[in-house]
Amino acid sequence: MLKIKVLGPGCANCKRVEQIARNEVEKLGVAAEIEKVTDYAQIMAYGVMSTPGLVIDEKVVAYGRIPTNEEVSQWLIAAQN
Amino acid sequence: MSSQKITLTPPRKSGWQLPALVLLLGLVWLLVWPQLQALADWFTYDLIGLLPETRLGESVNFFFYDVPKILMLLAGMIFLVTFVRSFFSPEQTRAALGGRREGIGNVLAAGLGVLTPFCSCSAVPLFIGFVESGIPLGVTFSFLIATPLVNEIALAMLFGLFGWQIAGLYLVSGLTIAVVGGLIIGRLQPEKYVEEFVWQVKVGQTGDVTYKPTWNDRIRMAGRSTKEIVGKVWPFVILGIGMGAGIHGYVPEDLLAGVMGREAWWSVPAAVLLGVPLYANAAGIIPVVHALMEKGAALGTVLAFMMSVVALSLPEMLILKRVLKLRLIAIFVGIVALAIIFTGYLFNWVIG
Repeated sequence: MLKIKVLGPGCANCKRVEQIARNEVEKLGVAAEIEKVTDYAQIMAYGVMSTPGLVIDEKVVAYGRIPTNEEVSQWLIAAQN
Repeated sequence: MSSQKITLTPPRKSGWQLPALVLLLGLVWLLVWPQLQALADWFTYDLIGLLPETRLGESVNFFFYDVPKILMLLAGMIFLVTFVRSFFSPEQTRAALGGRREGIGNVLAAGLGVLTPFCSCSAVPLFIGFVESGIPLGVTFSFLIATPLVNEIALAMLFGLFGWQIAGLYLVSGLTIAVVGGLIIGRLQPEKYVEEFVWQVKVGQTGDVTYKPTWNDRIRMAGRSTKEIVGKVWPFVILGIGMGAGIHGYVPEDLLAGVMGREAWWSVPAAVLLGVPLYANAAGIIPVVHALMEKGAALGTVLAFMMSVVALSLPEMLILKRVLKLRLIAIFVGIVALAIIFTGYLFNWVIG
């Protein structure tokens, strides 16, 4: 089971990252749990200063931008192995 | 640090098609640009058959000249700015500002405030990140003032409607306000007005995430945000230009000289006050203001209004309220407002 976290206070960009993550999880059919992290102290604990950030299994994979679907899908595959 | 690395960018073909397309579009842009007035004339007077020198003809012509002009400028400007910004990041900016003294730090922060890509919902983590790495609060404020104040949409619109001199004035005075405002706030010992929890946050390590976009990635990013921003503001632009065109054709000359002219001393503070609640419509407001200026409004008043629209917005203050006590927000707004009013008077006094 992958643990995916979307870091961000909940602006439009954060929601988009969450949507992309959901889509890719569904497409790949991996078991994953998606959590939104909106608390600033928690976000900062990942070293992320520019939201949105994406964390897969406690590893920050992207921040400060919206990754593409292909990127997210690659990270998901890499995290599963 | 763990030894396993995740490949962040999937290996993508570094094709030449995309840069070629951008060059081609740029060329088309440059070729169409000087023909816009001729096109508008042809459209209004030949195709629709309106008569020049009539009110309706003038207004319609004005509209069909300004709409494509502003939309082209906006698209070009946003594309360029996003492309340039893809070479900067808040993390790099933080590193560049770390250990700088006030003064030089403020100047650097104001400049980087313009160049760093930044979404206003990141204001809080960015603020905490700056504070945590020991960047003086005054320097942080220079960044926070410059980021919204020197706004690329406003810059593009001013350039298109008023010419490069006024766009340049806006840029220079925006940067100056950011530097001076940050310096003053730094002198006021603002530390005690920052929410307690900010000092306790520990910024973690992101690990070995380094995102190295290719040139094509940068072009794609710039293209995406151009589409997104122009897609969002075009109705306001058309609405604003429509209103401006109406004013252009139907409002008598010098009607506004008494209200928004140089002699009306209260017009500058009034323009600043009026600008605070008008955030989202910056793109629509400038064409209206442009038309008003033809009718006797003064340049300084107009610039003050513009700056207040982009720099002092209620949503941003609400976001900052999470990390700053009300007192410091009031100081911040007060100083920026005063600086804008001063700039307005200065331009009304110098030019005109």
